[in-house]
Amino acid sequence: MSVGLPHFLTVSAFLFSLGLFAVMHRRNAVGILMGVELMLNAANINFVAFSRYVQHGIDGQIMTAFVIVLAAAEAAVALAIVLAMYRNFGTPNADTIDSLKR
Amino acid sequence: MTADLIFYLLAALTVIPAFWVVLSKNLVHAGFALLLTLLGAAGLYAWLGADFIAVTQLMVYIGGVLVLVLFVVMMTRVPKHDKPVRGLDRYVPAGVFALATLGLLYKVITGAGWDTTGLPPAEPTTAEIGANFMTNYLFPFEYVSLVLLAALIGAALLIRERRPEDEPELKEENDEEVAS
Repeated sequence: MSVGLPHFLTVSAFLFSLGLFAVMHRRNAVGILMGVELMLNAANINFVAFSRYVQHGIDGQIMTAFVIVLAAAEAAVALAIVLAMYRNFGTPNADTIDSLKR
Repeated sequence: MTADLIFYLLAALTVIPAFWVVLSKNLVHAGFALLLTLLGAAGLYAWLGADFIAVTQLMVYIGGVLVLVLFVVMMTRVPKHDKPVRGLDRYVPAGVFALATLGLLYKVITGAGWDTTGLPPAEPTTAEIGANFMTNYLFPFEYVSLVLLAALIGAALLIRERRPEDEPELKEENDEEVAS
């Protein structure tokens, strides 16, 4: 069976599941962010694969460009939040920051 | 077939380091594994004929986001008292949920049956993407630049060091606290 759409979808399904796993089991906020990046890349691969194999057009690639830009903005803000958190609480672990509970 | 072989190599380059990203205890190692994953994804884009997206991925993700992530990993340190020995209580629910998602996605992929016949040859996409940015996607294109500006200002504001002497109101409050 030559390489086609299902192969790309399988790769992206693996990436998405791994990203989900990282988001759920990591305590470090930067590790969670890495999981989010994996999930975004899975979505991007799907966009490009569908635009190549099903739509035969370019709209999926344009959407991927927007997703990449927004992911970069998200990463910048999220990492700034992690640094601010580290300065105020002395730890990058997301589950230690629970001052609203008290 | 050479093209198929290249696809399987790129897929391995994408997925295998992703396991490392997720499972490594050391976040610096995870960051460098993420480099390989993003590189593999860029290769997959190139394989699909999306040359512009592949280069954008290289420049924005590997040249930008990943460097930021590694910087933050190196600038933060988990304190000793915050490293409790954890059993399987975090891994089991996460693993079950991830495997369930994988199974669901597998069912969708094998069951959907998209029509992928009549594949046109891949062509250079940069000119077409540029034309689309200036015509059909003009509003999102301008809007995303606004989002980037907001993110830039927001990130700079968030990591700014707040010293009491810079903010007179804050300083007064602190003085009152000290006095009382």
